[in-house]
Amino acid sequence: MQSSFVERTLEDINHTLEQSLFAEHIARQKGLLQGFNPRAKLIAALFFLIAVGSARQLWILAVVFAAALVGVILSEISLFTFIKRVCLLVLVFTSLLALPALFITPGPAMWTLPGGIVITQTGANSAAFLLLRVTTSISLATLLILTTPWNDVLKALGVLHLPDVIVLILAMTYRYIHLLLHEANDMFTARKSRLLRRLPRSEERDLLGATGGVLLSKSLQLSGEVYLAMQSRGYHHYPRTLDQFEWHWWDTSVLIFSLLVMVGVFIFA
Amino acid sequence: MAKHFWQDIPKGMKLYYVLLAGWLVTTAMHIPDGYLSPVTCAVMLALVLPFWVRGVMKLRQKLNAKTAPLVALLAAFSFVLMMFNVPIPGGTTAHAVGGALIAIILGPDIACIAISIALLIQALFFGDGGILSFSANSFNMAVVLPYVSYAIYHAITKNSALTSKRRLWAGGLGAWAGLTTASFFAAVEFGIQPALFHTANGTPLYAPYPLSVSIPAMVIPHALIASVVEALVTAAVVAYLQRANLPALQLSQTEQAPAEVGGLARLRPLWIILIVLIVLSPIGLLAPGTAWGEWGTEQFVGLGMKFIPTGLAKLSDLWSAPLPGYDLPQSGNANLGYILSAAVGIVVIAIVVWLFSLLVTTGKKLPDKVVIQQEK
Repeated sequence: MQSSFVERTLEDINHTLEQSLFAEHIARQKGLLQGFNPRAKLIAALFFLIAVGSARQLWILAVVFAAALVGVILSEISLFTFIKRVCLLVLVFTSLLALPALFITPGPAMWTLPGGIVITQTGANSAAFLLLRVTTSISLATLLILTTPWNDVLKALGVLHLPDVIVLILAMTYRYIHLLLHEANDMFTARKSRLLRRLPRSEERDLLGATGGVLLSKSLQLSGEVYLAMQSRGYHHYPRTLDQFEWHWWDTSVLIFSLLVMVGVFIFA
Repeated sequence: MAKHFWQDIPKGMKLYYVLLAGWLVTTAMHIPDGYLSPVTCAVMLALVLPFWVRGVMKLRQKLNAKTAPLVALLAAFSFVLMMFNVPIPGGTTAHAVGGALIAIILGPDIACIAISIALLIQALFFGDGGILSFSANSFNMAVVLPYVSYAIYHAITKNSALTSKRRLWAGGLGAWAGLTTASFFAAVEFGIQPALFHTANGTPLYAPYPLSVSIPAMVIPHALIASVVEALVTAAVVAYLQRANLPALQLSQTEQAPAEVGGLARLRPLWIILIVLIVLSPIGLLAPGTAWGEWGTEQFVGLGMKFIPTGLAKLSDLWSAPLPGYDLPQSGNANLGYILSAAVGIVVIAIVVWLFSLLVTTGKKLPDKVVIQQEK
């Protein structure tokens, strides 16, 4: 029997919960990148991402990708898990999208497949650029997240001059995403345990609307309760955060190094 | 051009394209890094920034600390709603964004902030959508989607009762139009890449498909599937709220200050003139020669000069415009390039002026810290 939307939604929710638990677990391990100041890491990651975005030579992308993999190993993350996670994101979507570019980009022919389909040189290059650039960018972002606990990422965002109210909302959102995911999980599990067969489509949609609506109502009610809880703990309409980050010489070096890489790529391009 | 393109595709590939288009629907709205050039991302940041500033100002203006948890919870809700698999005709399922629903409940300004936050968490934490392209994703899904959806919903339901059936249609239609328009914007962002950013031999550096491919590939499947899903979810949840939680549907009216008359609306005649001028801008192409004093180095020679001053020759390469000669490289359509150049120029100038005026006036209007207000 084809799985119903209830089961698929449950699968997605559980996958998300599992992924975030896994990330927090790794971020708290001892490794090379875990030892850097989150602010330095965030800014360096941005510099590297801009460098990857601006690179006009394939070898630059390959070098940065290789460097990211070295970072993975030195940060005690399993290379297999990392590549699996990155590939899942890249292969599923980008490779499908890059494939037709091989054939339809105008340019000199490189290879003729049986059936008269021609792969052009520019097409192959362009597909390689897209795949390598996307893979490297996603690797960098994944590396940042896997080596930094979420709360530290949030505090580090303050460097980018995000308004306090936004940092506060981000922190709360992340906290309550987990609660609402559990909530949705419970609702769908409760429904699934009472189903003997698949519902007709129209009933499935009604069920979906009601589940979404209940979740929305719960969110609204919860927001009132959260506000009361904040007040009872002495919240004075102005968020405060505890800053425990220490800045070391290696933070300065990684920042300078990433800046040099970015400027170097600009000059090469 | 599109028809010509379709005929060029080998037969076996057509099936592949149809499958690809179906696949695009489920994920393409979250653009990953690497599809758009950093320059495009910077331009999108400039476009989305005013909306973020507006949203944060709205949040602060309410002087009500309750709004922070409210927005946080609804951002979390929008994130979870994106996980829902929606059953669609044909036996398969698709995901919804939920942007229209949040806009109906919170109003578009604050919805923009809530959806942006959900998108930021998706990008940073789950690798869904890029970090540099966060600006483009926010523009499509946190600006275009909620504003278009809300405008339609608001226009249709103006004087209708909270429980009227019209609200279902309005919500659904708004959501459909909002997401379809958003997919069009995403397609334009993809589609301008190969013309603007390529190597010397024409190899596209980012998303490789031109506008003639990207627009039909994104907009048609979205209009037929993803936007329909968005419409179904929006209408279904609005229907539930009508049955079980009417106050939620009133939230945007009761929480928001009455809309101010003036601002952009007061300047409407000016805007119309500006748009007419943009459309008429290619008329300049009819004139022979170059504008007086705007000669390039090679034109100096044509004007009868025997040599080019060395200083001028050196400086002439210092700056190359992003849209040289007001034309899109390789677009082959000078008029289109002209209109686009005019539009881009005016948008950039308008944003700079607007940001500047904001800088000048913000300090006077807004308190640095949110003023404490006694709750009733």
